[in-house]
Amino acid sequence: MSLLAAIIRRKFNRSSNHFVIPARLYSTRSVKNVKIEKILIANRGEIACRIMRTAKRLGIRTVAVYSDADKHSLHVKSADEAIHIGPAAARLSYLKADSIIDAARRTGAQAIHPGYGFLSESSAFAQLCEDEGFTFIGPPASAIRDMGDKSASKRIMGAAGVPLVPGYHGEQQDIELMKSEAEKIGYPILIKPTHGGGGKGMRIVTNPTEFVDSFLGAQREAAASFGVNTILLEKYITKPRHIEVQVFGDKHGNVVHLNERDCSVQRRHQKIIEEAPAPNIMRDFRSELGEAAVSAAKAVGYFNAGTVEFIVDTITGKFYFMEMNTRLQVEHPVTEMIVGQDLVEWQIRIANGEHLPMSQSEVPLLGHAFEARIYAENVPKGFLPATGVLHHYRPVTESSTVRVETGVKEGDDVSMHYDPMIAKLVVWAENRAAALVKLRDCLFKFQVAGLPTNIDFILKLANHEAFKNGDVETHFIENFRDDLFVDPNHMKLAKEAYDAAKTSAILVAACFCEKEHVSIRKSPPGGLSIWYSNPPFRVHHRATRTFELEWENDIFDKDSEILTLSIIYQHNGKYLIKTGDSSCPAQEIRVEHLGNDDFRTEVDGACINISLGAYFKDQNEHIHIWHGSHHHHFRRKIHRVLLDDDTTQWKPISGLVSHERGAVVAPMAGLVVKVLVENGMRVEEGQPILVLEAMKMEHIVKSQTAGLVSGLQVNVGQQVSDGFVLFSVKFSILYDLMSAVSR
Amino acid sequence: MLGLLARRGASSSCFFRRKSRFFSSGILPDGVDRASEAFSRNSEIMAGLLSQLQSRISNVMEGGGAAAVERNKSRNKLLPRDRINHILDPGSSFLELSQLAGYELYKEPLQSGGVVTGIGAVHGKLCMFVANDPTVKGGTYYPITVKKHLRAQEIAARCRLPCLYLVDSGGAFLPMQAEVFPDRDNFGRIFYNQAIMSSEGIPQIALVLGSCTAGGAYIPAMADESVMVKGNGTIFLAGPPLVKAATGEEISAEDLGGAVVHCKTSGVADYFAQDELHALSIGRNIIKNLHMAANHRMENGRHNASDYKEPLYDIEELRSIAPTDLKQSFDIRSIIARTVDGSEFDEFKKLYGTTLVTGFAKIHGTPVGIIGNNGVLFNESALKGAHFIELCTQRNIPLVFLQNITGFMVGSKSEAGGIAKAGAKMVMAVSCAKVPKITIIVGGSFGAGNYAMCGRAYSPDFMFFWPNARISVMGGVQAAGVLTQVERSNKKKRGIQWTNEEEENFKAKVVEAYEKEGNAYYSTARLWDDGIIDPADTRRILGLCLSACNNRAPECTKFGVFRM
Repeated sequence: MSLLAAIIRRKFNRSSNHFVIPARLYSTRSVKNVKIEKILIANRGEIACRIMRTAKRLGIRTVAVYSDADKHSLHVKSADEAIHIGPAAARLSYLKADSIIDAARRTGAQAIHPGYGFLSESSAFAQLCEDEGFTFIGPPASAIRDMGDKSASKRIMGAAGVPLVPGYHGEQQDIELMKSEAEKIGYPILIKPTHGGGGKGMRIVTNPTEFVDSFLGAQREAAASFGVNTILLEKYITKPRHIEVQVFGDKHGNVVHLNERDCSVQRRHQKIIEEAPAPNIMRDFRSELGEAAVSAAKAVGYFNAGTVEFIVDTITGKFYFMEMNTRLQVEHPVTEMIVGQDLVEWQIRIANGEHLPMSQSEVPLLGHAFEARIYAENVPKGFLPATGVLHHYRPVTESSTVRVETGVKEGDDVSMHYDPMIAKLVVWAENRAAALVKLRDCLFKFQVAGLPTNIDFILKLANHEAFKNGDVETHFIENFRDDLFVDPNHMKLAKEAYDAAKTSAILVAACFCEKEHVSIRKSPPGGLSIWYSNPPFRVHHRATRTFELEWENDIFDKDSEILTLSIIYQHNGKYLIKTGDSSCPAQEIRVEHLGNDDFRTEVDGACINISLGAYFKDQNEHIHIWHGSHHHHFRRKIHRVLLDDDTTQWKPISGLVSHERGAVVAPMAGLVVKVLVENGMRVEEGQPILVLEAMKMEHIVKSQTAGLVSGLQVNVGQQVSDGFVLFSVKFSILYDLMSAVSR
Repeated sequence: MLGLLARRGASSSCFFRRKSRFFSSGILPDGVDRASEAFSRNSEIMAGLLSQLQSRISNVMEGGGAAAVERNKSRNKLLPRDRINHILDPGSSFLELSQLAGYELYKEPLQSGGVVTGIGAVHGKLCMFVANDPTVKGGTYYPITVKKHLRAQEIAARCRLPCLYLVDSGGAFLPMQAEVFPDRDNFGRIFYNQAIMSSEGIPQIALVLGSCTAGGAYIPAMADESVMVKGNGTIFLAGPPLVKAATGEEISAEDLGGAVVHCKTSGVADYFAQDELHALSIGRNIIKNLHMAANHRMENGRHNASDYKEPLYDIEELRSIAPTDLKQSFDIRSIIARTVDGSEFDEFKKLYGTTLVTGFAKIHGTPVGIIGNNGVLFNESALKGAHFIELCTQRNIPLVFLQNITGFMVGSKSEAGGIAKAGAKMVMAVSCAKVPKITIIVGGSFGAGNYAMCGRAYSPDFMFFWPNARISVMGGVQAAGVLTQVERSNKKKRGIQWTNEEEENFKAKVVEAYEKEGNAYYSTARLWDDGIIDPADTRRILGLCLSACNNRAPECTKFGVFRM
């Protein structure tokens, strides 16, 4: 164990490390004599930074490419050189193969690492790289092609003896035929585009009446995302686990697996928390999975990093091949942690033509690792991707057992153009329970403010009994919905949450006053130090002030609540804070400012540490507080001088915009791809009105009430911003009367 | 008075240790015997005085009563001190003046005289606030209200502080118009002062947060910049009822003189505020934009050192040192030791005229010359005082007077020695000194001693009373003695025989009147001072006042003819 810890420490302290390469003669024709000295990374964000880190450790120079939106991004700053390749839209930059080849040529890079996403699984791009004389750090184009087509891949896998889920993988896409195939397999059915991945375009159909709509939707999304609209059908396994195996092959025909990862816990068909090894599986099962994965890779002549995904039916204990991801995956660090290897280094060495550094029997499996994906997303709004500025960003401190893979820094914009992932938090410990303790601790300490994140949600998940027991499956979040989402109508929980927020608000107010005082003391305005003493002087009374904090209730998707606090400066430098709520007694707080945004408070002899994050947005001061296991977000109302002195239109200062009743706003920034109704049409509650595409996913905007559509003024192709009023649905008595009469 | 002195001499059961310990470089010794009877008696009596003071203050802090406060709130209006708090820099201090003005002055209570005044910092600039309290008699101006408003303006003019008028007033209190309207220092003087200060480049800012009727209309109109709140703010020379009576025109207050009219049409106001908080934030902004640095005479906050030592001894002990029995003698140095930086006091002419203590020290980093009484003023003490004042004016060092004075020495020896001449020299010096002067009455303030020690008539920039302090032309007993003698001789001329009982009654009445009128509350209610302060706040308040005084440029002192 200590050996592994030593390996991991060495790895992630980024110190130099060399594999012992057996002396061999490289005479195979696929091996070039020239070793890679400069890599162009055809990607952005954390993965670009991740690859650069390993490259630097190996003495390999790095080239970043960037779009207009990424001019100031971390991956650009981290690279030795950077080349601008086009506008923000990915299809005009990161997906533009010729621009990237051109950048590689200009900078003299010998190899191109595609990362994940973007062009990583484009066989055409892999081919183009090789044709243009660049080493593509990934599998052969043929393997990408074979595995990229889901129907073809299943045929090959079937032939190689890898178990497959019952389904229809035919080329014939006639809707009636598809429907009858679905009947044959038996509902529930999964509809999936044959190309692409990441859950895009996938639909679950539980009964035949939904089939047609879902099928057409999947086709449309597939066409938009991947340019190919062929669809396959599969049996939908009701209690499945998603377990995948990391495989590696070299250019000499050797393939090993580096154990499995469990990625069962997903939302919106996308992974949220991953671990390695998979919990609660037997050693034999692991070997079977591994062998199946190696067979799968060998069947397509695979080399470099790949992942074979299996669906495990937890009821029958059977596993089926789902697909193979022909790239380095987002969650690769958990595997690195349990085998003590740097997979990017493996990729580069294999691209250089070297042999696999380990045989199967040498691959270790020690300890347990978790990865939590921290996303900018709106959890109560159904995990919708969020955009915004990372006003406050303080990830946990890294160590030999804690990694933070990130591509952003404080002040960066999480834009609508790319994936909204902020960071990957990876922890390792000697066993699963210990790793989970560490994960939770790190999540408590992971501070992000400026945009909504899923941190609090992952925490709840990691804290759930079922998760602690390793009872994971892909419907985990749905199954435990009641535990993971607080019901706003649950009085007791709502009260508890409110009380916790109130306690935080009191601490915020005290820390805020203290920080203000400390900063004033450093440079008293006008040099009038005596006028800015703490406590502020009053003749025969104590200075008081009022704090209005609006609690941004991130737990419930409901309106914020205003907490009014009155602060009385005490002679002893403490703050006496009242909430105006008789059930909450006044508290006397002593605050010590530890520097930056860190404080230590004492209430009734109990001391705790507190961190604040404050920033301005939309004419409001936002204040976040982290203490113990609590995180709250408040808005402080500021009365500023309004520029608009129009007497006829009083605009609220707080920046809260209230819309007329029945108005439906865009849940997120996106592109209108389909408008299903017209103004004046009568709609029922829940009826789809239009389809928005954002973050490469379709979101159906539905009517919240029955009534008449009015004010619909968006067109297909129009870009709308978050909160944009799309249309409103008006309840019309007149209409109902008229329709009743005509009936 | 001689008798009094004799008794004072006799009652040397004082609690001050007379130690001959040598303290180097002007550090004052502690000088207090905490075990003495006087110390504990003073503590006890002072505790009572302070709790009485606190309860009277708490009362005026509540404004004009619960009903009026509730009505004010229902109109979305804040109380004057809350309004000021919103304009002040967050977490900064406020030196409120004359909180007990109007205390038991009229038949009806007039909390804080119906107006809150004081000094505070806005965007790092010291400002004078004058805020009407609409919950006190509708914010109308009683004679004392006018006096308090004018006193605030006087300080602002002396210290060159921008003025912020938070206007919410029904104008002059009509039943007392004869005492409010016609005289020089009456209502009209407010606008005169605004005009003069404006001409001197001292910004005059009005925030109209409520009504501003009749004469009151001139406060925003005379201001350099004015802000008006939609709905609550109105300005008119005559309100709707008077307009209807005069011209028959029927019009609402808002249409007659609301913010829309004055910001859009008449131009009487400059900034339109959506609500009160908006108006207050505009007020802050106006101060931010004053650009005082451009005006060399208004270098706000000069000499303000942030690096200074606190006194070596417990400041709160001032509450036990303060003489509650004015016959008690005590060493003024024990007060100085608890007032000045590091208790360091470099005494001038220590061995000469010892009943007056003079010397140099610093308070919150500002150099000051301190003049304190250690007994009755003799020839030498008066000459020493005049000399020291001359020194300070030469060097532009502010003067702090710690008054505890029964008067100048009387009697044949004294008269023959020219005590009147010596006293005149000190009064001349005090009158003409152009340096900032701050007076604290820590004990008695009697007779011509009040003059020499910079009483109200000598225009100290600030003047405060300790709760135990007393002020009158002479002691009540002495006055009774004098008056009884005069009365007896009058009666004798008319052949009337005065019984002992009658004489005692007469004496008691005089003593009672002096007792009442010499009280600190009687003084502060009439604005003979700028407030009663807790002795423990003395150092802080001196620091704030000195900082405010630092705002003005040094002036050259020119003395008159000293009688030699």
